[in-house]
Amino acid sequence: MNHAYDVSHLLAGLMLVASFSLLYQDRIFAVLNIFAAQAILLSMAVGWEAWTQQRPHLFITAALALCLKGIIIPVALHKMIVRLGVHRDVEQVVGVGKTLLLGLALTSLSLMLVLKITVAADSFTREGLALALAIILLGMLMMITRRNAVTQIVGFMSLENGLILAATGARGMPLVVEVSVAFSVLIALFVFAVFVFRIRERFDSVDIEALENVRGDTK
Amino acid sequence: MSETLTLLFGQTIQMFLVLLVAPAIAGITRRTKARFMRRQGAPIIQPYRDLIKLLRKEAVVAQNASWFFRSAPYAILAFTWVAAALVPTFASGLMFNWAADAVALVALLGAARALLALAGMDVGTSFGGIGSSREMMIATLAEPAMLLVVLTVALTAGTTRLPEVAEFLTAAPVTVRVSLALALVALVIVALAENARIPVDNPATHLELTMVHEAMVLEYSGRHLAMIEMAAQLKLVLYISLIVCLFLPFGMAPANAGPAAWPMGMAAYLVKLVFGAALLGVWEVSIAKMRVFRVGEFLGGAFVFAFLAILLAFLTREVLN
Repeated sequence: MNHAYDVSHLLAGLMLVASFSLLYQDRIFAVLNIFAAQAILLSMAVGWEAWTQQRPHLFITAALALCLKGIIIPVALHKMIVRLGVHRDVEQVVGVGKTLLLGLALTSLSLMLVLKITVAADSFTREGLALALAIILLGMLMMITRRNAVTQIVGFMSLENGLILAATGARGMPLVVEVSVAFSVLIALFVFAVFVFRIRERFDSVDIEALENVRGDTK
Repeated sequence: MSETLTLLFGQTIQMFLVLLVAPAIAGITRRTKARFMRRQGAPIIQPYRDLIKLLRKEAVVAQNASWFFRSAPYAILAFTWVAAALVPTFASGLMFNWAADAVALVALLGAARALLALAGMDVGTSFGGIGSSREMMIATLAEPAMLLVVLTVALTAGTTRLPEVAEFLTAAPVTVRVSLALALVALVIVALAENARIPVDNPATHLELTMVHEAMVLEYSGRHLAMIEMAAQLKLVLYISLIVCLFLPFGMAPANAGPAAWPMGMAAYLVKLVFGAALLGVWEVSIAKMRVFRVGEFLGGAFVFAFLAILLAFLTREVLN
């Protein structure tokens, strides 16, 4: 029992570390690699849960996470960046230090919140939910603090990693929902890709600040 | 009564052991670096010769140096030596184990650092000033991370006293603890910064733009320099011992085993120390020094790791209870 908890804690904790590395990293291919690593960790965490809790349908979720987000999406994004030919440093709206401090604050907040409101639940659920909420908030933070459209996509995908972790922790999420979420993420990737190429065609850059200028806002 | 005497004897052994072994550890690190650069390298006992040479030489002191400049090296060595003698090395349960508190250790090292920074500014040369200001910048970034590491370990083991932490970790069943792994990474980064090692500072350089520790001690010579060098070597031993004691305490003689278990513990400790020193040498040749302005990000990483460690330790404690 304790052993099962230790490993799931390790995997979920490493996912959180990967989220922080995403916030810290300022080279775009490294961001993609970390994202792939996070997805692989996610599939391992889900697989471990399926193994220890005897919930075989979770193996399907794990396999989906591994194939779609560990392999297909990072490779697709990689090819997209090569074809876009954008410069590969990522500009950030606020500095790395502030972003990381904000991330720490958000993590503390989500741990405090989830631990307070889930006193009655069992330890796996509490743990999973707390870390999942932190990963979701960090994904949102990444979308806010990055100006490059591709890294914003990565932020969105990592947010979705958090959602799947939460769904694994909470009992009773039907398999249909999980599968449809996984595929809608894949659809979202295509939509994003189309948008990114359109932005690029119009402004010669994937820096979304160009969009603000078009709208006529004064900065 | 005789038991107290034995414990006092053990403590004395430890005190002189760290002092005797410190220059050799610095020598091993240098030798490893040299071998990896395909140079012959100085023999491991070279630091001893250097210290003896410095002790024999006349101490040249700047004209406008105050009494503080002359007395600071002795105080720095004293603080560092006390700190190094307190960290449990080959055995726990020695005479002054009740004082081997991690917070006290941080305070002792902080006092030594403050003295060194003041001494660097005493003569009024610009290099001393720049070294002191950089040292304090590094310290303000490294110390919070260090304290968070201490708190993480305290949260896991239930005490900040190092011998008890070591005993707790040796006795506990082997489990995967992600928070301790993160704390280890943070502590290693802090140790690199505090010991003026690559990538934060280069111990072998005298290039004005990059030096930190060397800039502060530039005005020292003779026996004063010997004291400062010895303190720096002791600090390295202290940090390696601290990492070993917190994260790899296997082989340490337990508190109730008595002197019979000491030789075994000492052998294990020396092996770990040599291994740590060699590892440091390998690390130093395989990485480039950072710009001073990037050190903040590097040490910020240590802070983030330590903070995550304490959050995860907190989570485990809350969830399992």
